[in-house]
Amino acid sequence: MDGFLSPADLTALGVTLRLAMISTGLMLVLFTPLAWGLARMRSSSKAVFEAIVALPLVLPPTVLGFYLLIALGPRGVVGGALESLGFGHLAFSFSGLVIGSMIYSLPFVMQPLQNAFQALDPRLMEAAATLRASPLDRFFTIAVPLASRGFLSAAVLSFAHTMGEFGVVIMIGGSIPGETRVASIAIFNHVETMDYAAAHGLAGVLLVISFLLLLGVFAVNRRFARITGPGA
Amino acid sequence: MSIEARFRCDRGDFVLDFNATFPARGVTALFGPSGCGKTTVLRCVAGLERAPGGVFRIGDETWQDGRVFLPAHRRSVGMVSQGESLFPHLPVLGNMLYGRKRSRIPPDPVEFEALVHLLGLGDLLARRIDTLSGGERQRVALARALLCGPRLLLLDEPLSALDAPRKAGILPYLERLCAQTSVPVLYVSHAPDEIARLADRVIVLDQGRVRAHGSVDEVFVRLDLPLGIGPDACAFVEAVVRAHDVTSHLSVLEFAGGTLLVERSDRPPGARLRVRIDARDVSLTLDRPERSSIINSFPVRVVETADADTPASLMVRLDAGGAGLLARITRYSAQALNIAPGLDLWAQVKGVAIFQ
Repeated sequence: MDGFLSPADLTALGVTLRLAMISTGLMLVLFTPLAWGLARMRSSSKAVFEAIVALPLVLPPTVLGFYLLIALGPRGVVGGALESLGFGHLAFSFSGLVIGSMIYSLPFVMQPLQNAFQALDPRLMEAAATLRASPLDRFFTIAVPLASRGFLSAAVLSFAHTMGEFGVVIMIGGSIPGETRVASIAIFNHVETMDYAAAHGLAGVLLVISFLLLLGVFAVNRRFARITGPGA
Repeated sequence: MSIEARFRCDRGDFVLDFNATFPARGVTALFGPSGCGKTTVLRCVAGLERAPGGVFRIGDETWQDGRVFLPAHRRSVGMVSQGESLFPHLPVLGNMLYGRKRSRIPPDPVEFEALVHLLGLGDLLARRIDTLSGGERQRVALARALLCGPRLLLLDEPLSALDAPRKAGILPYLERLCAQTSVPVLYVSHAPDEIARLADRVIVLDQGRVRAHGSVDEVFVRLDLPLGIGPDACAFVEAVVRAHDVTSHLSVLEFAGGTLLVERSDRPPGARLRVRIDARDVSLTLDRPERSSIINSFPVRVVETADADTPASLMVRLDAGGAGLLARITRYSAQALNIAPGLDLWAQVKGVAIFQ
C-alpha cells in the first residue's frame, strides 16, 4: 500500500487494528463468563442486566465517551485511583481507548454469546456430567465447541464495530498520532482539511476490510451449520 | 450388596416420597404412569436433581445422605435417557470415549471390542452423530455409559423415543446387555412388555410413592394396583421351551401350571423365557373344556376377585400350580359360575404372547 496511504494514515490504521484486536481478545475472555451467567440466570433481575448490557446500543457514543472521560480522567473514580497508586490516569491514552471500546462493543459480544449459550441443550451438559466431566471441563469441551458460532459472531462483530468507533474515541482519546488517532478520526481530519483523496484511500481500506470480515463469517457459518446442527 | 435410596422432594404440585432398598445386581425396573416421578428418582440417583436430606447408598459407598452430596460427575453412574444426549460435535468414537477418558480406568481393547460387538457398533465408529438413526444413537449412548465403568447403570426409557420397528431392533441388544453385564441396572419404563423382557424385579411408583415392589410375575397380577384392574391387565409367566412341532408350527412350553402351545419360537429347547397372558384372553369354565378351538387350557384355583375399572367386569386372580394369572370376565358370568376364592376350575387361554 506504499504511496496509496500516507505514513500517518498507515499508523492510524495500525492503531485501529491493534485496538480492535486487543479489545476483542479481552472481551472474549472477560465477557464469556458474564454471558454464561446471564444465559443461566433465572431470577427476575435478569431483565435489568440485559438492559444494562444493551445500553451501548442506543446510547449516543458521545454520551458514553463523556462518562468514560469523567471516570477515566485524573479526577474520575478509575483515573483518580490509578493516579494515587502512581500510575497515570487513562484519559487520552491507548489503554483508555481499549476500556472504552470494550464498553462500547459490550452488546456485540454479549448477545451472540448469550444466545448461543441459551440455545445449548441442557441435556448435553447433564450427559457430560454423568460422564464424569467437572463443570469447567464440560464448559470447555461441550458448551464452547457447541457455541462456536456464537463466539465467531461475537469476535467479528466486536472487531468490526471497534474498527468503526468514532464518538467514544474522540471524547476519551482525542487524536494523538500513534496512540489514539484511529482510522476513523484520521478520515474525519482529512475531510475537515478538504483532503478528499486521502479520506477516500483510508475509507476504501476500511470498507474492504469490513466486507472481507463479514464475508469470512458468512462463509464459515455455512460450514459450522453442518457441524453444530440447526439451532446451535 | 444392596442399594438403598430415599428421596423426598416437594415441587408444589408434585411430591416425591421415594423409599426402596433392592439388590445391587440384575435389572430393577421403575414402573408407573407418566408423571409418577420415575424420571425424578433417576435424576436424584444421578445427582442431577437435588433432594435435600435424600439418601443414596450402593454397597459400602454413600453418594448422598444428610451430610454428603456428591455432584453428578463424582457419582459412578452410566446414564442413558430417552432424548438426545450424544454430543453433535464429536464423532461416534469421540462420544464413546468421552466418559472413559475421564474415569481413570485404563484402556482395555478387549473390553472395548466386546462392547462394540455386543451393541453392533463396528461400522459406526467414524460416523457423525447426525447421520445415525434413533436406534443407533441409543446403542452409542449405551456403549458410552458402560465404557466409563459405572457401578450402576441408569436407563430412563431408552426406547420411548423410537418407533416400533426400531424398538424391536434395539431390544435384543438391550436384552443381551442386561443379561451379560455385571453392572446393576435401574430401568425406568411405562411399558410392561419391556419390563417383562428385561427386568428381574419391579418397583411400582404412583404419584411419587412406591406402591409395590417385587418380582415381575408377582407385581403385575396384583389386584390392588391400577394396572391389575385396567383393560391392559396381564400376567407374565416364566416358561421353558420343551419342543418344537414342525407340522403344526407350534412350540411346546412348560410352565408351573402345565404346558402351553404357542406360535413357533426360534429359541432352542431348554431356553427360559417369559410369556405374556392378557387378562381379557383368559376365560373360565367349570368343566374340563373339550372339543374347543382353544388349545391352551389348564386347571386353576381362584385366589381373589376385585372390581375391574368398568362395572360390567370383574378381575379374577388365579393360581396355576404356583404361577399367577389374571382373568377379566363379566360380573354376569362370575355370578353364574359362583366364582369365589378357593374355587377350582379351568382356564382357557386364547392368546399367549412370547418375546422372541
